[in-house]
Amino acid sequence: MTTAVAGERAAELRGFRKVQRLAYECAEAVAARLEPGVTEREAARMQREWLRERGVRDWFHLPFAWFGDRTAFVNFRVPLQFFPTDRRLEPGMPFILDMAPVHEGFTADIGYSGSLGLNPVQDKLMDDLEAHRELILREVRERRPLRAIYEDVDRLMVRQGYANRHRAYPFGVIAHKVDRVRERRWSPKLFGFGTQSLKGLAADALHGHREGWSPLWSPYRFSDHPPQPGLWAVEPHLGFRGTGAKFEEILVVTDSQDPEESAFWLDDDLPHVRRWAEGK
Amino acid sequence: MTGMTLENARERRVRTGGVELCVAELGEPGQPTVVLVHGYPDSKEVWAQVAARLADRFHVVLYDVRGHGRSTAPRPLRGGFTLEKLTDDFLAVVDAVSPDRPVHLVGHDWGSVQSWEFATVARTEGRIASFTSMSGPSLDHFGHWINTRLRRPTPRRVGQLLGQGAKSWYVYALHTPVLPELAWRGPLGKVWPRVLERFERVPGDGYPTPSLPTDAAHGAWLYRDNVRSRLRRPRADAYAHAPVQLITPLGDAFLSERLYDELEQWVPRLTRRTLPARHWIPRSRPDQLAAWIGEFVTANESGRTVTAPSGKYADRFGGQLVLVTGAGSGIGRATAYAFAESGARVIAVDRDADGAARTAEMSRLLGAPEAWAETVDVSDEQAMEKLADKVAAAYGVVDVLVNNAGIGLSGSFFDTTPEDWKKVLDVNLWGVIHGCRLFGGQMAERGQGGHIVNTASAAAYQPSKALPAYSTSKAAVLMLSECLRAELAGQGIGVSAICPGFVNTNITSTARFAGVDGAEEKRRQKRTARLYGLRNYPPEKVADAILRAVVRNEAVVPVTPEARGAHLMSRFTPRALRAIARMEPPL
Repeated sequence: MTTAVAGERAAELRGFRKVQRLAYECAEAVAARLEPGVTEREAARMQREWLRERGVRDWFHLPFAWFGDRTAFVNFRVPLQFFPTDRRLEPGMPFILDMAPVHEGFTADIGYSGSLGLNPVQDKLMDDLEAHRELILREVRERRPLRAIYEDVDRLMVRQGYANRHRAYPFGVIAHKVDRVRERRWSPKLFGFGTQSLKGLAADALHGHREGWSPLWSPYRFSDHPPQPGLWAVEPHLGFRGTGAKFEEILVVTDSQDPEESAFWLDDDLPHVRRWAEGK
Repeated sequence: MTGMTLENARERRVRTGGVELCVAELGEPGQPTVVLVHGYPDSKEVWAQVAARLADRFHVVLYDVRGHGRSTAPRPLRGGFTLEKLTDDFLAVVDAVSPDRPVHLVGHDWGSVQSWEFATVARTEGRIASFTSMSGPSLDHFGHWINTRLRRPTPRRVGQLLGQGAKSWYVYALHTPVLPELAWRGPLGKVWPRVLERFERVPGDGYPTPSLPTDAAHGAWLYRDNVRSRLRRPRADAYAHAPVQLITPLGDAFLSERLYDELEQWVPRLTRRTLPARHWIPRSRPDQLAAWIGEFVTANESGRTVTAPSGKYADRFGGQLVLVTGAGSGIGRATAYAFAESGARVIAVDRDADGAARTAEMSRLLGAPEAWAETVDVSDEQAMEKLADKVAAAYGVVDVLVNNAGIGLSGSFFDTTPEDWKKVLDVNLWGVIHGCRLFGGQMAERGQGGHIVNTASAAAYQPSKALPAYSTSKAAVLMLSECLRAELAGQGIGVSAICPGFVNTNITSTARFAGVDGAEEKRRQKRTARLYGLRNYPPEKVADAILRAVVRNEAVVPVTPEARGAHLMSRFTPRALRAIARMEPPL
């Protein structure tokens, strides 16, 4: 790899890292402002406004907020149920904030889990997510088919006694590709998803279809291929009896032969990673 | 310890309002004081079993209500039993036994009726730290309950009125002059102990005391002096000034559980408990009562607010001891969690130590006050016996036993080797037999009820050429449950057989497929797991069905729609079921 290419890539990763940090900052700021009685809609609006004030104009998807047993997608049947509702936050309730802003052409997609006051069950779920982050990275470096990794994550969840809740996402994805997005003055949205990003995803899907890979990391046959180089927003989501927890962050996959370089998390200085480090 | 006497009790006499009350005390006077008030027709000895169980932790005080036991009766009797006078008695007793600290009040039947008066009148404020009520409503609340139903008599409300009206037949009888007294002093007094044993299922241990005929004759005035006046003009300010724990026996022949429907409006701090038993729970369920009273008193003493577990059946399973086998995964694990959510103490048994430990850990997070993991193979007789001894010694007698551990075995009859047969019967049938024999035996010996749940299968009544051994073992479990249910019915122990159907658990990935090599077995396990995953019926729903089955004491519970369908077909169209049995499963 030439230095020029390496430099270009480093700059690109810096851009992604910056927007991912911004999104996590937003999550922490909004989480700190949540109080009893706040609705999911209000929490979603707080995220949107916070990011708009800091220059975000386009979205991979608009911010979501889930409270209480909606963090575990209890009784979710149609995708419309993902959208924020008038559910009010109560003391002890778990919540998840999920947002995917586009900033200066770079996309982030993050998920932040927390609770209003103490929630020992969600605490435990967050602790147990650490093993999933390690498992995913290890197996991606081993170049195992994405579908097989998905099944291994599933098995780990069953062993931990949890339900797989990312299965509820569209196509049951545990991750999806994200990419740079061209900045336009007008960025319309379709069902909460930015059209520019959807266009990128569709182009990837078409590409992948010809080459035998998919930008969606799912339990289905179309994900039965080794990890495709690029940026993947990985979002394992655990559910346990009406309580859910997830993290979502970008995993960088490259075509490097060096295992360390072949896949790595974009940023290791994120709230959930710091939390695990502090716990040790 | 006999049921009749209060052992090691210190007695004193308290004079008040023209009567002399006989007061008995047990336990250290420095401990929190628990005052037990008896009902009608009883004397303080009705509490003997409960008092003995509380005396090691509390200062237990019992007294004979005026006119009962060894307390003297007011003269004249008429007008001598009003709730005001009973309140005077109570205050005199607590001033004598616990002058400085408020007491924890416990009442049964008429003891509870009068305790409601104590807990709701202003002059006792600050003297009562908590009140546990069983089988005795406040007459004022009862009056309002009747009035709301008369004012807007919807069909349901009329039904509730008529239901309670029929249960109150003895109240009308007691209002007739002289006859009740004659009956009690005559034949009724003689046969009463046998009536109690026969219809109320209380142990025949020497109670009632010889004073029964006079107790019952005097006690008739409790009704005559209070019922009509209070029901006609119930107090409008009967709000409880102490936290209340309401224990409702669901099989009470005299009181409908509906009486307490609107209780929250009178009691700001209410904890509800229910148990499947008849009216005389101080004698038939002393362990459970002592546990609930102890927990409630301790919680209120330490000043912490009693947080109720979130589960749907918390009133029923709170504090109960539940043992689940095969609790390391699947249905067993989900069942342990559901009980934990309802506040039960959980013993998670599995041969997989990690799985059991994990279940116990998560159970504690979900609200189980205590949870333990035990690593045992249910097919191992000696290990099960050791477990039973350990559980009895360390945790107590199991209230709910869930024999759930099971393994899968598929393959044609002629491919199934004798070893295969032995293995599947050892776990699926013998595991259940050991569980029922050992833990069910402890339950029966205790004689205070309980429940056994056996996980059978839809394969117990749905024949299949692919599952001969498994289906046989499960059919045996189903029949064993039915037989045991018949045998234990008389002892208040229910037995339920659960027939889940296709549930998404890892039984598929551990199942044995007879007559194929290792690679083919792996492939079939994977394939079945995928099919079960597609069906995706969650084990949590089976767990819910199990709790419901215990609460309702159901005999056979098919869970998934296909299990229910097959159950219906086995009764009405067995030939169609046999046709299905011939089909080759898509493996």
